[in-house]
Amino acid sequence: MSPVELFSLPFMQRALLAAIFTGLAAPAVGTYLVQRRLALMGDGIGHVAVTGVALGLLTGTSPTWTAVVVAVLGAVAIEVIRERGSTNGDVALALLFYGGLAGGVLVTGLAGTGAARLQTFLFGSITTIDVTDVIVTMALAAVVVVTCVGLAPQLFAVAQDQDFARVAGLRVRYYNVLVAVLAAVSVTVAMRTVGLLLVSALMVVPVATAQQVTRSFRTTLTAAMGLGVAASLGGLLISAFASFKANVAPGPTIVLLALAGFVITWPVGAWLRRRQRLTAPFPADDLPPLDHVDTEAHPHEHGPDCGHVAVKHGDHVDYVHDGHRHAGHGEHYDEH
Amino acid sequence: MPVSQESAQPVVLTEGAVAIDGRPVLRGLDLTVRTGDFLALMGPNGSGKSTLVRALTGLLPLTTGSLELFGTPIDDFEDWSRVGYVPQRAGAGSGVPASVWEIVAAGRLGRRKLFRPLSRADRVAIDDALDVVGLAHRAKDGIARLSGGQQQRVLIARALAGEPEMLLLDEPTAGVDIVNQRALAATLQELGSRGSTIVLVAHELGPLAPLVSRAVVMRDGRIVQDGAPLADHGLPHDHAHHDHAHDPMTGHEIRLSSPLDQEAR
Repeated sequence: MSPVELFSLPFMQRALLAAIFTGLAAPAVGTYLVQRRLALMGDGIGHVAVTGVALGLLTGTSPTWTAVVVAVLGAVAIEVIRERGSTNGDVALALLFYGGLAGGVLVTGLAGTGAARLQTFLFGSITTIDVTDVIVTMALAAVVVVTCVGLAPQLFAVAQDQDFARVAGLRVRYYNVLVAVLAAVSVTVAMRTVGLLLVSALMVVPVATAQQVTRSFRTTLTAAMGLGVAASLGGLLISAFASFKANVAPGPTIVLLALAGFVITWPVGAWLRRRQRLTAPFPADDLPPLDHVDTEAHPHEHGPDCGHVAVKHGDHVDYVHDGHRHAGHGEHYDEH
Repeated sequence: MPVSQESAQPVVLTEGAVAIDGRPVLRGLDLTVRTGDFLALMGPNGSGKSTLVRALTGLLPLTTGSLELFGTPIDDFEDWSRVGYVPQRAGAGSGVPASVWEIVAAGRLGRRKLFRPLSRADRVAIDDALDVVGLAHRAKDGIARLSGGQQQRVLIARALAGEPEMLLLDEPTAGVDIVNQRALAATLQELGSRGSTIVLVAHELGPLAPLVSRAVVMRDGRIVQDGAPLADHGLPHDHAHHDHAHDPMTGHEIRLSSPLDQEAR
C-alpha cells in the first residue's frame, strides 16, 4: 500500500488528527507538571481514570466522559493532598493510584466486557477511534492548549514561586487546581492515543528532551509541544507502515520514539552543560590583586584557537592549562 | 496625627500576633511603616523577622490584631501591585529552565490582564528593572547559571518590575558576597531616593547600613527597639550591651549606627 492510499483511509485520517492534537496538548500540561516536580502526576491521574473508563463500560455511557469526570475528581484530590503538605503525601498519592487501577479492573469484571475492551484504553488504540471521539479529542485538546499557552505567564509564575505569586495578587489555589484539571483532561485526551498507562510518557518525555538544550521556559514549552507532535505523528506512521509485516501497536511505538528522542538529545545536553560549566567566568573581585606569580618557561602561545579552554576573569581571559590558569601579561604568562 | 492620614500609611499593624501550627511566634506587635521609610528589621535568628514580613504580605494570617496596607484592612486589600515582595532566595529553582527575563517578567503579573500579551509599558518596566539591578546583559541567560548574589538581584528586579510603592525584602543579603551586597545597596539607594518605602529583613546590614533610616529590633517574637538608628544607638559599637549584655547575637547590629554618625542628622 502506498502512503497516498494509506492516508486516504478514513480511520488513518482520524488517527492522524488525534495524534496531532494529543501530541500538542499532553506536553503543554506536562511542562507545568515537570516545573512543579510532579512528573508522575500524569501517571497517577491515568491510574485513577481507569476506574472512570470501567464505570463507563459498566453503565453503558461513553467511557471518555466518565473518564474525564473521574480523572478530574482524582486530580483535584491529588492537588488537595499535595497542598495540605501532609508528611506522607506521596504515600497518600500511591494509595489513590492503586485504588484507581484496582477499582477499574474490578468494575470492568462486573461489567462483563472482558479485558480486551479495557486494554484498548490501557494501551491505546488510536486506529479504532470513531468520528465522535476524534471531535471530542480535538475539542478537549484545543481547550488544554489554549489555556496552557494563553495563561502561560500566570501558570509559570505560580509554579515558579508560589509565595511571590500570592503576594502579586494571584489566586494561587485556583491556578493549582486548574493545572490539575488540565492534566486530567489531557490524560483522557491521550487515553485513546497512547493509553492510560503510557499517558505520562507523552506528557513528560518531550519536556525532558526539550530542556536538555533550552534555557528559557517559553522555548521549553514550545519545543516540548513540537517534540510531542513529532513523536505521536512519527510513532503512528512507523506503526502503520510496519503493520504490513508485523503487529506493531501505535501507542508503545509513540512512547518509544519519544524516548529515543531523549536518548539522542541527552548527550548533547550533557555536553552543553559541561561546556557552560567550564567556560563560566571565574569570579572577579575588586580587591587588590594577589601576588604576581609567573608561569614557568612557557613556549606555547595562548589565543582564541589554541585549544585550551578560555575563561573570562574580570577584564581579561584565563587559559586553563593542566590545572593552571594562565593569563597573558606582556611577554609572559601569569598564574591566576 | 489625624486618623485619615495615619490610615493611609503603607503598613499599620496593631496588636498583631502570629501563630505557626498553633505555636505563638509573634505577639503584641505594633508597627507603623510610614511612606518613605527605609526600615531594617533586625534581630537574632529565630526572633521572628521573616515571620513578620510574611505576615505583612498576608502569606501568614494574623491570629489576633489588625493589619492595614495603604489604609485598607488586609482581608479587603486588592491593590497588590503597590507591594513588591522579595522572598528569601529559593534553593534549587524549578524543574524547567527559566530565563532571567522571564522571572523578572513575572513581576508584571499584578498589572496584567488574563490572556493579554505584554504591553509596551510592561516591557519598558521589565527592562528598567533589569537595568537597575545591573543584570540587563544577563537577561537571556538561564537563572540557574547565575551566582547566588545575582539570583537575589533577579528576584529584586522581579519585584521592581511591578513598580511597587513599598518593597518588602526578606534577608536580601543572606549568602551574598560583598561585591553583590554593594550592588544591592546601590539599587536600594536609588529606589529610596525615588521615594519608595523599603522594609528589609537583615541579619547584618553591611553596605546597607548608611541607607537605613529606621531600625526595628526584634527579639523572641516581639519588638524591643524601634527608632532611628542614630537616636537609639547614639553610642557607636558598644551600645547594645545596655539591653542585651547577656545576648551576644545582638552585638553586631549596633554597628549600623556608626556610619550614620558621620551624616550627623
